[in-house]
Amino acid sequence: MVGAKSHKVLIFVLMALILTFFYLPILSLMVFSFNDSRSLTSWSGFSLQWYEALFKNREMMMAITTTLSIALMSTFVATILGTLAAIGVSKSKRLVKEIVLSVNNFPILNPEIVTAIGLMLLYSSLNIQKGYMTMLLAHIIFSTPYVILSVLPKLRRLDPDIAEAALDLGATPLEALWKVIVPMILPGIISGALIAFTMSFDDFVISYFVSGNGVKNISILVYTMSKRINPTINALSTILVVIITVVLLIVNLYPMLNKKKELKEAE
Amino acid sequence: MKGYASLVKPYILWMSLFIVVPMLLIVLYAFTTSGNELISFRFTLDNFFRFFDPVFIKVLLKSLEVALITTLLCIIIGYPIAYIIANASEKSQTLLILLITLPMWINMLVRTYAWISILSDGGLLNSLLGFIGLPQMKLMYTDFAVMLGMVYNFLPFMIISIYTVLAKLDKALIHASHDLGANPLQTFLRVVLPLSLPGVISGITLVFLPAVSTFVIPKFLGGGQYMLIGNLIENQFITVGEWNFGSAISLIMAFIIMASMMMTRKMDRDASENTGSEGGKLW
Repeated sequence: MVGAKSHKVLIFVLMALILTFFYLPILSLMVFSFNDSRSLTSWSGFSLQWYEALFKNREMMMAITTTLSIALMSTFVATILGTLAAIGVSKSKRLVKEIVLSVNNFPILNPEIVTAIGLMLLYSSLNIQKGYMTMLLAHIIFSTPYVILSVLPKLRRLDPDIAEAALDLGATPLEALWKVIVPMILPGIISGALIAFTMSFDDFVISYFVSGNGVKNISILVYTMSKRINPTINALSTILVVIITVVLLIVNLYPMLNKKKELKEAE
Repeated sequence: MKGYASLVKPYILWMSLFIVVPMLLIVLYAFTTSGNELISFRFTLDNFFRFFDPVFIKVLLKSLEVALITTLLCIIIGYPIAYIIANASEKSQTLLILLITLPMWINMLVRTYAWISILSDGGLLNSLLGFIGLPQMKLMYTDFAVMLGMVYNFLPFMIISIYTVLAKLDKALIHASHDLGANPLQTFLRVVLPLSLPGVISGITLVFLPAVSTFVIPKFLGGGQYMLIGNLIENQFITVGEWNFGSAISLIMAFIIMASMMMTRKMDRDASENTGSEGGKLW
């Protein structure tokens, strides 16, 4: 192989370029959150003033609380609703299953803006004031389909005899559900909950159309504030990026470390 | 066990109210005049006729053009990257995929906002241009900025979707092709590429759909005057308050997206019939 070396260099350069493309904006965003001046292009010295401004800004702190509380509550409800619906769907007749799943796919396949205006029209025709509750309900509505899609495959692989056995041995249907079925499909439920949480945490389009009365999540705030240059957005974003990176590293590295430990123990 | 089937009933009710009814409301609004009461609808096609104004048609064509170019760029950049990752060692594969997916977890608005300072006059990119002796360019509020923002946001989807297919590709097929005397280029064009088409197709779906309907990226990087179909819908609902016209535009957009999705799916099916890319048919 003559060209093997230049080949490797080319691959390395391409990967370096693409990773620079992905990370440069995020890094520059983070660096300028520590800038001493308002500028996002020229560096004038290190300061934490934008972080101070962030924590003093009531609107921003409200947005963070709103985002977190809505994400937690909508995840909780969507996970329960979605898991129960998935169990029901998996035991339903074929026709019911097909209808439910194709309607369930609507919010996933539709552009977000279509789901958003649909809900906006629904609220207005029911005369519901847009605010915190409408945003919460909307988040439950758009994340439940993802929970169902993530739980269903686990149910398909579930041996129906096991739940049957639990019932025969005297468990009530509720006990069989809670103590037998749920533990066996738990990985699907957890990944569904994680998807629901991130979907809610990051949502902009739907929240933007269905909230009102000054209720804002982080995305809406970034949208309204970014019309002017504002390094507090950089500070807020930096904190978010750091938290997400740490969580993702833990989630991704933990299994790897475990594997290593198992290997060592096996030796 | 059959008893659990009734667990679906509450969700059917939920779905009907919160998924089906909103869709019907969009249709209802699109086909009626404004200011109608829930009891008396006045049916009309005016909202659709209104859209066939050169101004709006131009916005639609522009959106399709931008989304199409974005999708093509994502394929051109994403395919080689996915190919490189799929052929790396298992350890580097995990790491590289992690590095590619990590930015996807960061809020899309934040990621788009991050480009503003890089693209602005006197920003990083222009300083770089000045550094290598090139003239300064107006980058913000251009088609270039909007497409860059879209590629930046949607490229990971394309890479991941092509990578998953390439990683699962049976290496024996490549060896067989080599053994039968094909050179690397022939092997790629006749074996790897056709077999990876399903990944490209699902990548197209994942990029084209959000690219057509986004209104955040054009607003941030294209400026207030930059109009794509998503911005048009946003304007009708948030600024102008013409919900009936807005609903009609959304229906037109949803219809175009559905049609293009069906076309890509059909292309995929035809392709897999010709090349037998669905594993089993290969032999």
